[in-house]
Amino acid sequence: MTETAARSKASGLGHKGPSFLMAVPAVLFFGIFALIPLIGVVVISFMEWNVLGSPTWVGLSNWTAVLFDRPFTWTALSLTLVFVVGSYLFQAPVALLLGVFMAGQQRYRALLAVLYFLPLLFSSVAVGLTFQSLFSPNYGLSAALPFEWLPNDWLANSDLVMWVMIFVVGWCFVPFHGLLYQAGVRQIPASMYEAATIDGAGRLRQFFSITLPQLRYTIITSSTLMLVGSLTYFDLIYVLTGGQPADAVRILPLDMYVTGFASYNLGYASVIAVILVAIGLTLSLLLNVLSGSSKMDSDKAGA
Amino acid sequence: MTHAASTQSATPEAGKGVPAEVPGADRGDIKQNKVRRTGAPGEKPNILAGIGGWLWLAVIILPIYYIFITSFRTSEDLRASNQLLPSTNPTIAPFIKVLQNDFLHYFSNSVIVTLSTVAVVLSVSVMAAYYITRSTTLGGKRLFQIILLGIAIPVQATIIPVYYLIQQLGIYDTLWALILPQIAFAIPLSVLIIVNFVRDIPAELFESMKVDGAGEWRILFSLVLPMAKPALMTVGIYQALQVWNSFLFPLVLTQSSDVRVLPLSLWEYSGQFGIDVPATLAAVVLSALPLLVVYIFARRHIVAGLTAGFGK
Repeated sequence: MTETAARSKASGLGHKGPSFLMAVPAVLFFGIFALIPLIGVVVISFMEWNVLGSPTWVGLSNWTAVLFDRPFTWTALSLTLVFVVGSYLFQAPVALLLGVFMAGQQRYRALLAVLYFLPLLFSSVAVGLTFQSLFSPNYGLSAALPFEWLPNDWLANSDLVMWVMIFVVGWCFVPFHGLLYQAGVRQIPASMYEAATIDGAGRLRQFFSITLPQLRYTIITSSTLMLVGSLTYFDLIYVLTGGQPADAVRILPLDMYVTGFASYNLGYASVIAVILVAIGLTLSLLLNVLSGSSKMDSDKAGA
Repeated sequence: MTHAASTQSATPEAGKGVPAEVPGADRGDIKQNKVRRTGAPGEKPNILAGIGGWLWLAVIILPIYYIFITSFRTSEDLRASNQLLPSTNPTIAPFIKVLQNDFLHYFSNSVIVTLSTVAVVLSVSVMAAYYITRSTTLGGKRLFQIILLGIAIPVQATIIPVYYLIQQLGIYDTLWALILPQIAFAIPLSVLIIVNFVRDIPAELFESMKVDGAGEWRILFSLVLPMAKPALMTVGIYQALQVWNSFLFPLVLTQSSDVRVLPLSLWEYSGQFGIDVPATLAAVVLSALPLLVVYIFARRHIVAGLTAGFGK
């Protein structure tokens, strides 16, 4: 940012830059369909609205109802916490190791990297339908493989379904984060590894003393995307379970959708949405602060 | 620790220098990848990593393999034989069933929505990026900060006001209802990626064009557009992927089958076909096929673009 500012200042002597008109279309689209809705969701959280009628102002009553009179909110919040933390603990290490692995040189790794990418090409509905079929107790994996623990109704068992969801969502997103780490590792100067090898550092030592510290900013970027991503993740969980069985995976985004568009209580749903935005922004700010304020500009660039 | 910090500060610059090193070469990002394939200590085979790598491959491939072989079965066959082995009597009946159920109509809806969204996103983002990087007033910097903030706005959380807005605009249940909001939500990241490229165009090039009397549109078309081509490619492919697969917008903002797009059609098929799992999975194959073709031909661009867009 400072670089740009300096450059434009240097070049701006006597000249004027492009007119703001250039940015107007982007500003309009972004303002109307992203910024105003962001304000709008806060406004609607103070209104009663059942889709058919028009919204009416009800003050804080949605907020008190959702936060205090509806015990499920807290259940959904804790389910969300389990989902976010669980997803992170699964995705982060796998993606990191995968990225380091893919950054290597052998030809077969390049081939693997091609295949690792494939899940990114499928829509969440496609992935959902596939796993629904694979996890079916009647056919799919449980009928195909001779393991005793397999024939389980994976998606209908309220003790298991959360872990199944964490796995399936991980299946979708690990490739993307693996890619980020691969790019990060490739930017580490080879000379650092050469020097470490000369000093007699083994592979593990190199990983912990060079790779990890050097990947610090990639880790922050990827973590932000992972945490905020799973905090607001909706598609697959809706397709695979609809929140069932027994609301065991009805995390906040799903709770918001069901409350808003199945029970037609858009006021309550907006309260949940605002809570989501607040947690999301807090999380990304926190991670940004962790990454050091001097890096603030370029870190935003990464998030 | 200080050592690590000093080298770290050098790293992003090295990465950012890429487009400047190979100005105008739209395959610059590819070369970049090859030259830099130096990161990991790859001399001795790392058995453990190798095993992990192949294991993850199995996890990735199994469901995809399953979709593929199942889409060539009948549903009786699915129940009667081992699901993980290809059918002994492969059939294309599931595909025919899907194609007879309006698949091409949904497909063309998806194409319309995706192409128009991406076209608009690219044009408005490159214009905004040009303004942001070359603006001599504070406006550019402020605008960039606001747009960066947009990256942190979760789409899900704003869907209710978007739904209200779309209703008020009278475009609920039309393709416009899908195109307009998706353009908006694609803008922050697109602008960010393009700005990172345009920033590296040497200021002298802008100066000399101005001296030659070129207006800002001329500069945009003759300098910014060609130079930002790799970034535009990246943004185009990435956003196309997002829009093609998006589910929540169509689910909330459309209703009738006339304007149904592919992800929603898969959802509908699974209800409509019921126990005919092969037909549902054939629809999955058909809906992923175009992306697979694009991936095969543009893989390097996609991967290089994604990593340049997010990683440092």
